[in-house]
Amino acid sequence: MNTALEIHDLTVAFDRKPVLWNIDLTIPQGKLVGIVGPNGAGKSTLIKAAMGILPLSSGYVKLYDQPLEHVRERVSYVPQRESVDWDFPASVMDVVLMGRYAKLGLFKRPRKADKDVAMDCLKKVGMEGFINRQISQLSGGQQQRTFLARALAQQADLYFMDEPFAGVDAATEKAIVTLLREMTNQNKTVIVVHHDLQSVSQYFDWIVMLNTRLVASGPTETTFTSENLEATYGGKLTLLTDVADLMRREDYPSREENVFKP
Amino acid sequence: MNDLYIILTATLVSASCALLGCFLILRRMAMVGDAISHAVLPGIVIAFLLSGSRDSVTMLLGAGIIGMFTTFLIEFFHKKARLQTDASIGVTFTWLFAIGVVMISLFAGKVDLDQDCVLYGEIAYVPLDVIITQGGVNIGPKALYVSGIILLVTLLFIFLAYRKLFLTTFDPAFASAIGISTTLWHYALMGAVSMTTVASFESVGAILVVALLIAPAATAYLLTDNFKTMLGLACLAGTISSITGYYLAVWLDGSIAGAIATMSGMLFGIAMIFSPAHGLFFRKIKAEAH
Ligand SMILES: Nc1ncnc2c1ncn2[C@@H]1O[C@H](COP(=O)(O)OP(=O)(O)OP(=O)(O)O)[C@@H](O)[C@H]1O
Ligand SMILES: [Mg+2]
Repeated sequence: MNTALEIHDLTVAFDRKPVLWNIDLTIPQGKLVGIVGPNGAGKSTLIKAAMGILPLSSGYVKLYDQPLEHVRERVSYVPQRESVDWDFPASVMDVVLMGRYAKLGLFKRPRKADKDVAMDCLKKVGMEGFINRQISQLSGGQQQRTFLARALAQQADLYFMDEPFAGVDAATEKAIVTLLREMTNQNKTVIVVHHDLQSVSQYFDWIVMLNTRLVASGPTETTFTSENLEATYGGKLTLLTDVADLMRREDYPSREENVFKP
Repeated sequence: MNDLYIILTATLVSASCALLGCFLILRRMAMVGDAISHAVLPGIVIAFLLSGSRDSVTMLLGAGIIGMFTTFLIEFFHKKARLQTDASIGVTFTWLFAIGVVMISLFAGKVDLDQDCVLYGEIAYVPLDVIITQGGVNIGPKALYVSGIILLVTLLFIFLAYRKLFLTTFDPAFASAIGISTTLWHYALMGAVSMTTVASFESVGAILVVALLIAPAATAYLLTDNFKTMLGLACLAGTISSITGYYLAVWLDGSIAGAIATMSGMLFGIAMIFSPAHGLFFRKIKAEAH
């Protein structure tokens, strides 16, 4: 199977203080991948390092067996929603069109075709009624969907999403997961930072468990175990009892075969 | 004719400042504009001493270099010494500005620059420094041409780099993710701010140029939710301040630059009260209607 992402011996430090240590992992193509870990575990940092936004202290990252510079147009990124100023004078359409900037030449302006793509992506996330809405007048979940539409507009093959479900209602979350599932069925790879452990087994084929160091990375069925959860989240007792519940309910219907049959 | 020259120069200067100011305030860098406008002083003096003239090109270069250096120092203190941004701005520009002031007083005899003119500008003298062609024809004040060229350069810069500047301002992380260098555009913008500041120096001075950088942009920010409209409105606010400011100064027989800055502050106040979206007035009416 082809690998979408390969990270080798990655260390990232702020002020010489490492926040990610010796990360080694590979992620196969066409998977819906979850990254879990406690606050401050380095999930956002891992994504930013993979996208070349942060300098690496050591190690390398390869996407589709190539360095990032060669495949940048095939990679897309959804930042954490709080990372931007939503009072910015821009409309929903302005933001989604940013997803097309990489495809435009240096000085070309967006054409009708780009607007059509943007419109299509807004429809996919159910935001077609808000095209001209000022972004400061969106709810948190609508802002999140706008970011998602911008990433879709890039028409990439590999997507990094930092907490795309934060502040999104349950129905929208389901709809977005369905959308992501459709994308992975077209052999695209989607990597999602996720906090809700309850839904992990239901959503993801592959799980990366992180706490400064890599605890585990592998297919969800075999990797999302209580031992690994304990290693990731430490001995937080209340959490672990919840986790025991989680494990017991694991014989949930497994994803695509049953839920997303056309 | 002199009135017209002064008003035109002020308008051109304030339009360049207003355009760049829009980016500065959205990047939360209003005070960086302030810092640059002060810190370029030693650059101007050095350029002066080296070239021995008030040749604009040398001055623009000198100031451009110091402006970049200021930007670099601010980043450096912030990133490497972990100083808060406001503190690193405060340290950097006061220090450079002080050096400039010392240099002016040291070289007062050799340099045709005095502190008042640097601090408060001398826009009233704009019509005196004219360009005479070889044929002996007076083609108008030099400051008018300098500020016109700076406005053209600023417009060209924003027109060509519009999307890069827009994206690196709104979402730098996403910009670098799609391969747009945030550092490059940060320095390009600061370079443009430095040039504009210096070009405005002779007319409005180091202190008031900050008012032109920030006030019209802030006024426009209150009046619209569309970035392109904001750029246009900021220019308009700058133009109105220049025209009304000039006549206010004539009427009061006071400082022209001061009056222009005062008018830009007044416009901001009016926008603050009457802005349809954020204004105090309409908010009150809406509240009462409910
Ligand atoms: N710019 C920065 N400067 C210094 N330290 C930082 C910086 N950004 C993150 N860190 C540190 O790096 C560590 C990892 O941060 P990161 O944002 O990757 O965590 P995370 O797993 O995404 O957490 P969350 O679940 O809260 O989003 C944290 O301990 C944080 O304090
Ligand atoms: Mg995070």
